Amino acid sequence: MFRRNNTLGHLYKDGEIIIKQGTPGNCLYVIQKGTVEVIKENDGGEIKVAELNEKDFFGEMALFEKDLRSCTVKAKGNATVLTLDKRSLYKTIQNDPSLAFRLLEKMSNRLRETDQKLAY
Amino acid sequence: MGDNTFAKLVNASTRNLEITDGSNIAVIGGGPAGSFFSYFAIDFARIIDLNINIDIIEPKYFDKAGPTGCNHCGGIISETLVQNLSAEGIVLPSRVIRRGIESYTIHLETGSAVIETPLNEQRIASVFRGLGPKGEENSNFESFDGYLLSLCKEKGINLINARVKELERHEDGIVVKCTGVPDKKYDLVVGSVGLNPGALSLFKNINPSYIIPKTTKTHICEFYMADTDIDKYFGNSMHVFLLNLPNIKFGALIPKSNYVTMVLLGDQIDSKVVDSFLGSKEVKGCFPKNVELKTLMHCHCFPAINIEGAKSAYDDRIILIGDSATSKLYKNGIGAAYITSKAAARTAIFQGISKNDFQNHYQKICKKLETDNNIGKFIFGVTSFIQKSELLKKGLHATILDEQNKINDKRRLSSILWDTFTGSAPYSSILQRGLDPRVGASFIWNTIKQTFT
Repeated sequence: MFRRNNTLGHLYKDGEIIIKQGTPGNCLYVIQKGTVEVIKENDGGEIKVAELNEKDFFGEMALFEKDLRSCTVKAKGNATVLTLDKRSLYKTIQNDPSLAFRLLEKMSNRLRETDQKLAY
Repeated sequence: MGDNTFAKLVNASTRNLEITDGSNIAVIGGGPAGSFFSYFAIDFARIIDLNINIDIIEPKYFDKAGPTGCNHCGGIISETLVQNLSAEGIVLPSRVIRRGIESYTIHLETGSAVIETPLNEQRIASVFRGLGPKGEENSNFESFDGYLLSLCKEKGINLINARVKELERHEDGIVVKCTGVPDKKYDLVVGSVGLNPGALSLFKNINPSYIIPKTTKTHICEFYMADTDIDKYFGNSMHVFLLNLPNIKFGALIPKSNYVTMVLLGDQIDSKVVDSFLGSKEVKGCFPKNVELKTLMHCHCFPAINIEGAKSAYDDRIILIGDSATSKLYKNGIGAAYITSKAAARTAIFQGISKNDFQNHYQKICKKLETDNNIGKFIFGVTSFIQKSELLKKGLHATILDEQNKINDKRRLSSILWDTFTGSAPYSSILQRGLDPRVGASFIWNTIKQTFT
């Protein structure tokens, strides 16, 4: 169906799964609009690990390791998400390593947050 | 040569010109190149704990509709640039994107074909560089250039609405003289003035070895239409034309909110060439029937585009970026501005601001773009050759249609055309993929089949 849109990326409806825990992945995602929930599934239960908003990215582990997706991410309300292809991102970083600064900065922030959660 | 002169020369070549705490940088021109430079320079400085001041000096008001805020551009943000900006944390808001593009429709005399974007996403943005043509004053949209400037302002960068009238070199900096603003000395002056001859001559005056880029004329025109008509006739598809018309290498119709932007690229495009394009049945067929296209024309211009980069676009304390230095041939000028601006910011903050620093770290990036443009000239030579042959165009059309039934990885020719027309990939990558024997074999096979139909 035709949808005129002035948002980039793919529109996910409320509750729609963007990435599924345990599946292979080779993309990074950047939220263009809306909110997504990061969920850890174990033994039939679900724990919400984080809520991410516009400009946040997820799925970054797939850039650095060939493991399966560690969490499920789904839209909370309507969310528009842009896929960043691993191969083209690496090609760009090859020419401009500073593109990786923000990714590293964000990942470092997430590690710090995790440390803090573990400490309390 | 006297000892004194020799000592001065040695001193000049070895002195340590660099950005330090409290340094002042003037960025002349607040288009994408100027904004990208400022945005990244202040970020890089923060990473290494430097406090710097950046003034962007721009006489235009991008929040105004009509020529006052217009930057004469087709207004396409390529797939690659959209991805890179997203990775940088620059997400284009809805109020800037006039339409998300999810496919392109190629029109040949032999037929049309739609090529969908990979991953079924809207990955290309159509924007207006200013607020849009006259009459857009009350629109809820924002200009692309204005949005980038607002990001700079959020980072503490000053915007000075003034016109620079003179640059004056001093031993310890460059004085920028503007109309209505006190003179100010800067450690570094960045030229992002596009191809404006008056502004480029300011830089030529203090850097005589600078040779301005070679240009050719192009044509941009805005057709006003009801948004529902644009939905019906154009959808979210960029329409590109490979027609056998003199002087035209490539024509495109880009749907926006309630305008369709026409871009014609080629050699010395003039009114006669434009008329021949508008008169073709393929172009007319994109619009509602029986509409006289000239009645929809809201504004038009013949801006210059860069077809060969500048020489010596840097000196001690001076660097030119974006179109003032080099660009990508025919396509993705904003993407090229992002590349040169960021390279200049990296060099200035991490390496230094002497001529040698720019030569060693910035020039190679411009050179790479220029080399790629030479490959681009060859690619456009090939497309021009195909444009002139009805049989080859039939073969091309059949190959594209054939590929649309295949999975993404197998749509080889379509992906080559996608990148050629959207400017999403370097020309070197397009050529490399074009040399894949499977591409040639499929194209030749489909062309042979056409001879028997």
